[in-house]
Amino acid sequence: MENYKFKVSDLDLYYGEFQALNKINMSIKSHQITAFIGPSGCGKSTFIKTLNRMNDLIPGVTINGEVLLDGEDIYASRQDIITLRKRVGMVFQKPNPFPMSIYDNITYGPRTHGVKQRSKLDEIVERSLRQAAIWDEVKDRLKKNALGLSGGQQQRLCIARALAVEPEVLLMDEPTSALDPISTMKIEELAGELKKDYTIIMVTHNMQQAGRISDNTAFFLNGEVIEFDETVNIFNHPKDERTENYITGRFG
Amino acid sequence: MSYRTALDNDLRTLHVQIIKMGTLIEKSIDDTIQALINQDVEMAKQVIEGDDRFDDMERLIESNCVSVIARQQPVASDLRKITSILKIVTDLERIADHCSDVSKLTLHLAKEEYVKPLIDIPKMSKQVKEMLKLTIDCYIDLDVDKGKRICKEDDIVDNYYKSIREELEMIMKERPGTVRQCIDFLLIAKYLERMADHITNVAEWVIYSVEGERYDRTE
Repeated sequence: MENYKFKVSDLDLYYGEFQALNKINMSIKSHQITAFIGPSGCGKSTFIKTLNRMNDLIPGVTINGEVLLDGEDIYASRQDIITLRKRVGMVFQKPNPFPMSIYDNITYGPRTHGVKQRSKLDEIVERSLRQAAIWDEVKDRLKKNALGLSGGQQQRLCIARALAVEPEVLLMDEPTSALDPISTMKIEELAGELKKDYTIIMVTHNMQQAGRISDNTAFFLNGEVIEFDETVNIFNHPKDERTENYITGRFG
Repeated sequence: MSYRTALDNDLRTLHVQIIKMGTLIEKSIDDTIQALINQDVEMAKQVIEGDDRFDDMERLIESNCVSVIARQQPVASDLRKITSILKIVTDLERIADHCSDVSKLTLHLAKEEYVKPLIDIPKMSKQVKEMLKLTIDCYIDLDVDKGKRICKEDDIVDNYYKSIREELEMIMKERPGTVRQCIDFLLIAKYLERMADHITNVAEWVIYSVEGERYDRTE
């Protein structure tokens, strides 16, 4: 039986009068990488943010429909947002480390969730940085300010920071668009490693990236999911002409 | 120049190169058979020498395909077009090889009187040539129905091969002195039969290019 992490049904999202998402239905598999592609303004970033309720912060947003995480509606009134965001972590387009030490960046989350013991925090720091494939590069300067790291290192630090609270899902909104090719490759390899332990959902403008690393790809256009299939099918033989036109560069 | 314009230009160039190669091979099949029927040594030699040109064309098309893949990273129908061309060019080159193979046997048989007038071999080769012509049309128009028809026509060539083989077997039994020549004719028939197989492959790749799935002839 297929194991789905998220099941989204008939999801509509409005920014005021403007409908940004229209009847999204999608089941996202556990321990796989799912990529969202589509032209700017098509709703893919808006959609990924609905998966840990990041849109709640925007004034005038109305959301209808259902988003189930392991069978539970994350928009139910009893849902605790802090717990939800612990389970569903996020990494953004631009690396955004806190202006503090590498060590404190990683321990910020666990501390917020009540971990105080020094040895436990040390253990989390090492585990998270190792998982994000940056431990060897920073282990001798954990007390240094994180803003002194390169862009690629900062992004892996942000991934480590997201992993520190042991989430189940990692949302990545264009995680490599501000990075050079080598750093991009490292993040892509990392994503491939991380899917063993996490479910990864990624917005990317880089179609080759979606093709290289994702298991499933959804093509968004004007707030709708036009096609959602295994990545190999999307890139070999998309069923919808609009998908074909987009990925072959005929529009968008 | 946008990504799409560059890719479209590259695809157009490849398309023209395949059509040119196919058309020249069609001519080569014609020359091969004329040389065999008329025991024309000069023409047979020309076919053999001309084979190098097809090897060069194959290499050029292959390297163009690799360049397009490396530089443009095509996907979907663009990728299928290029992978199909990479396969098609190999089949076309094999057909050219077989023209050369038949022509070498023509030289071998040039000074001998044939054991019997050639009837089925010219008919068979005409069928092969027609199939190639149809396949080039099918490639130009990306015509799936035509492609499927070509696949069926391969049976006609297979039947020719079968009956030529049976006839040669009988001649060899009755006149053991003709065995050497009959073996040459058997090889010629076999090469023609293989040409039709390669032509069928080309048609199948055109179908794949359009439909995204390999065509199963048994369906």
